[in-house]
Amino acid sequence: MDKDILIKVCTGTGGVASGSKEVLETFKGTISSAGIAASFSERCSAQRVGCRGFCAQDVLVDVIINGEKTTYKHVKPDMVGKIFTEHILNGTPVAEWIVDKDYHTFHQKQTKVVLSHCGEIDPEDIHAYRAVDGYKAAKMALTSMSSQEIVNIVKNSNLRGRGGAGFPTGLKWELGLRIASDIKYVICNGDEGDPGAFMDRSVMEGDPHAVIEGMIICAKATESHHGYIYVRAEYPLAVKRLQMAIEQCYEAGFLGKNTFGSGFDFDLKIFQGAGAFVCGEATALMRSIEGKRGMPTPKLWRSAEKGLWDRPTVLNNVETFANIPRIILRGADWFMRLGTERSGGTKVISLSGKVKNTGLIEVPLGVTLREIVYEIGGGIEGGKSFKALQTGGPSGGCIPEELLDTEVDYESLALAGSIMGSGGMVVLDETSCMVNTAKFFLEFTQSESCGKCTPCRIGTKRMLEILERITTGRGKEGDLELLEELGHYIRATSLCGLGMTAPNPVLSTLRYFRDEYEQHIRNKKCPAAVCRDLITYSILEAVCTGCGACKRVCPADAIRGVRKKPHRINTELCVKCGTCFDACKFKAITKV
Amino acid sequence: MVTLKIDGQKVTVRKLSTILDAVRKLDIPIPTLCHHPELSPFGGCRLCLVEINGSPKPVASCTTFARNGMDVTTTSPRLEKLRKTTLELILSDHPKDCMVCERAGDCKLQELAYFYGIRENRFGGEQRVYEKKDNNPFIARDMEKCILCGQCVRICDEIQGVGAIDFAYRGLRTKICPPFENDLNCEFCGQCVAVCPTGALTGKMWDQKGRQNFKEVDTVCPYCGCGCNITLHIWRNEVRRVSSKEETLNEGWLCAKGRFGYGFIHSPDRLKKPLIRTAPKDISAFPIHQTNPPLPPFTKGGRGGIHPSSFSLHPLSSFKEVSWDEAFDYIANRLKQIKENYGPDAIGGLSSARCTSEENYLFQKFFRAVIGTNNIDHCARY
Ligand SMILES: Cc1cc2nc3c(=O)[nH]c(=O)nc-3n(C[C@H](O)[C@H](O)[C@H](O)COP(=O)(O)O)c2cc1C
Ligand code: FES
Repeated sequence: MDKDILIKVCTGTGGVASGSKEVLETFKGTISSAGIAASFSERCSAQRVGCRGFCAQDVLVDVIINGEKTTYKHVKPDMVGKIFTEHILNGTPVAEWIVDKDYHTFHQKQTKVVLSHCGEIDPEDIHAYRAVDGYKAAKMALTSMSSQEIVNIVKNSNLRGRGGAGFPTGLKWELGLRIASDIKYVICNGDEGDPGAFMDRSVMEGDPHAVIEGMIICAKATESHHGYIYVRAEYPLAVKRLQMAIEQCYEAGFLGKNTFGSGFDFDLKIFQGAGAFVCGEATALMRSIEGKRGMPTPKLWRSAEKGLWDRPTVLNNVETFANIPRIILRGADWFMRLGTERSGGTKVISLSGKVKNTGLIEVPLGVTLREIVYEIGGGIEGGKSFKALQTGGPSGGCIPEELLDTEVDYESLALAGSIMGSGGMVVLDETSCMVNTAKFFLEFTQSESCGKCTPCRIGTKRMLEILERITTGRGKEGDLELLEELGHYIRATSLCGLGMTAPNPVLSTLRYFRDEYEQHIRNKKCPAAVCRDLITYSILEAVCTGCGACKRVCPADAIRGVRKKPHRINTELCVKCGTCFDACKFKAITKV
Repeated sequence: MVTLKIDGQKVTVRKLSTILDAVRKLDIPIPTLCHHPELSPFGGCRLCLVEINGSPKPVASCTTFARNGMDVTTTSPRLEKLRKTTLELILSDHPKDCMVCERAGDCKLQELAYFYGIRENRFGGEQRVYEKKDNNPFIARDMEKCILCGQCVRICDEIQGVGAIDFAYRGLRTKICPPFENDLNCEFCGQCVAVCPTGALTGKMWDQKGRQNFKEVDTVCPYCGCGCNITLHIWRNEVRRVSSKEETLNEGWLCAKGRFGYGFIHSPDRLKKPLIRTAPKDISAFPIHQTNPPLPPFTKGGRGGIHPSSFSLHPLSSFKEVSWDEAFDYIANRLKQIKENYGPDAIGGLSSARCTSEENYLFQKFFRAVIGTNNIDHCARY
């Protein structure tokens, strides 16, 4: 048989959770089993690759025969045999398991720069990375470029920090280069504390070498010889793969003394964080590495002057670093033209919520939110209508339908009352209550406040209490004004970005969905029927068949009725758990 | 040097001064709760906010360097509104028991609430509830009153070098405590108590010992050679608390003995009348002295000659209370005798940290000038 066969199994965290390790083992076992090994084991291999972003359909497996790729979704170990015999041996793909159109539209609309290796190469193998031009940029930077030249390229590329604030990376590096010190540090921020964010995680797991290469180039550009990668310990796979990558680099002479034979020394270590949202904040992160409590410190000095252990420090996000090798290889112009006038390149976004296609995507800066929701995301699930797009994680805001043509970049999102943040996007549809959504995000930031400054520690708690009041029917006139006042107060007076942005979910929903708040307060009603204390379940007598399914599942014994006759809910006893609503096959139970 | 304008007044400060330093130099009042001039900048309370012309948001003056040409405003309706909201928030999570609080009248938070006239609070809600048990001998810790200014943490770490406490937990439940919430077990210098702006940290021995009508007497701590300046807080002729002022040579810092070690003053065990020890005439009746006849103490050659038994109480000795005149006569006679028979160096004096510095001074003078010996020492060696 004359075939080159390559099988790629997703082993990102999403894949592993869905059982990709077993799938990969089964493929490997099948390949090496007698018969098959004899016919083409030489040219057949199964390898692990990083996350390709569409975790909802994991385990995803590519079968590439002579360069022709077929992708299977939801692969289980017991499906491997059939894929092998029908597709690989006999050449007929197993049609019913192949990904559908969505998978392709999901990917077609994207521009993959940072994610280009994720899902394509084996993240645990430095040779796989080198085969796709890996470490070429670092070698170039170290052996044939000056620090200032590198800084200039990064400046011209218009790359801005992907950690949230969007500070121009080239400028940051220039500051770092200009300040002289015997010891300087380069830090990679891989804390990624936003709930629901997995951009940096996928990059660290799927392409760890790109991050390291970016850091090596940064070290040269800023003339620092010590680096840290700060990763939260809850990312064990990222830690493991980065550790392997670092070891491989030391072996290959890309890290340590005299890297790439250039005479330049650079040592790199991983520091595992204990998992606090605030430790993603640059100064808190440095305190954490110093062994102190991760609390932001006032910015009397810029980090470029006095950062880690009071030494000049350049700190960038994972995605920021992963962009660097590409910029060096393909040029500042190429990168700049990918984005908008003010920010070059692409942004990795984790798209979740009520859209058809959820997952990790990468788009050029400047695409509109509408394109993301309707083209890449495939629109709203289940024919429901769109309500809002929450961007920027817990510190971000909600953007309504009428602003969906907003372009994705730092300024436009801020203008719309939200932020780019680390790139989380959650789609909300008509079944989402905006007050409850705001409460959800505030709950998170409030409990993650480091407690250092008054507005963030007590102010966010008081805001949350007002929201709790509103969602449980105890809201009063004046609450909204108080919320707004507190929100603006916290934004203006907090010590660090956590507090300054914490009111965003509330302020933005108040701005665009004020009527929903008012309905909660004045009519004691939740229009989306989400807030438990404000909804009533009842049975439509005309529809109820009297099957008794609801009665059987009711934990409060609140449903009465004789068989084959319409049942009734005693609202006094009802605990509003919604179990009956889900149990009714005839849609006879309403929730208002 | 840096020159800037504050509320229209020009002021020049040293490089790397904060705006707050400059504000203080002009003696303009600005509320602060977390700032301490001797500790690293913190920026937690957010009361010291000021406006800088050209910057959209107010900044914390305690954590912003003064720069040439800055135009700073320390008060405006907006700033006062923000400050008042901050105070309301702090008070919304603060016990309202000023009536019985140890620090009432001496509490920075109470004073600010008073200045800002906060009679009603727009904010209510959850308050921290903690068990107030800490079985240490000196420091009462009521963490419900803690406003998380962090001064105790910083003084413990930066001045004492001890680091016995730190921040723990997150959000509203952020709390300052020893590791694992154990009882405080440190050197009990009480520096944290001294810097605490509220009633969160107080001395256990001061509890219900009065808040008003103290007579303050400045003196010098007798305990060691540092000679820290202390202030005795006296109520009806009784020392009820010891503190130290910031402008003293010891900058207000004290140690455990200076701050808490004054219990001896009014101790019932304290001797108030002289006692003379009496022993049976015929000490030779006791074999221990027969074999080892006692040599005069402080014979030349170090400890040689001092027999241990001369330090221990004779089993049949006892004390007799005498008048001061009798005691002085006795002392004068014996000292004269010893000096005549054995010379002045046969005499030595040991003084005590629990006397005043003046008394100690006189004591050594007496030994050196009157008796004529340098055999004089003190438990703190000065
Ligand atoms: C509360 C808070 C959390 C943050 N979390 C992260 C994070 O998880 N990852 C990150 O890269 N940046 C985070 N940041 C932003 C960092 O402070 C910093 O601006 C960024 O890492 C700088 O890198 P960049 O210039 O490449 O964006 C956070 C900021 C705040 C205020
Ligand atoms: S004194 Fe400046 S923030 Fe507290």
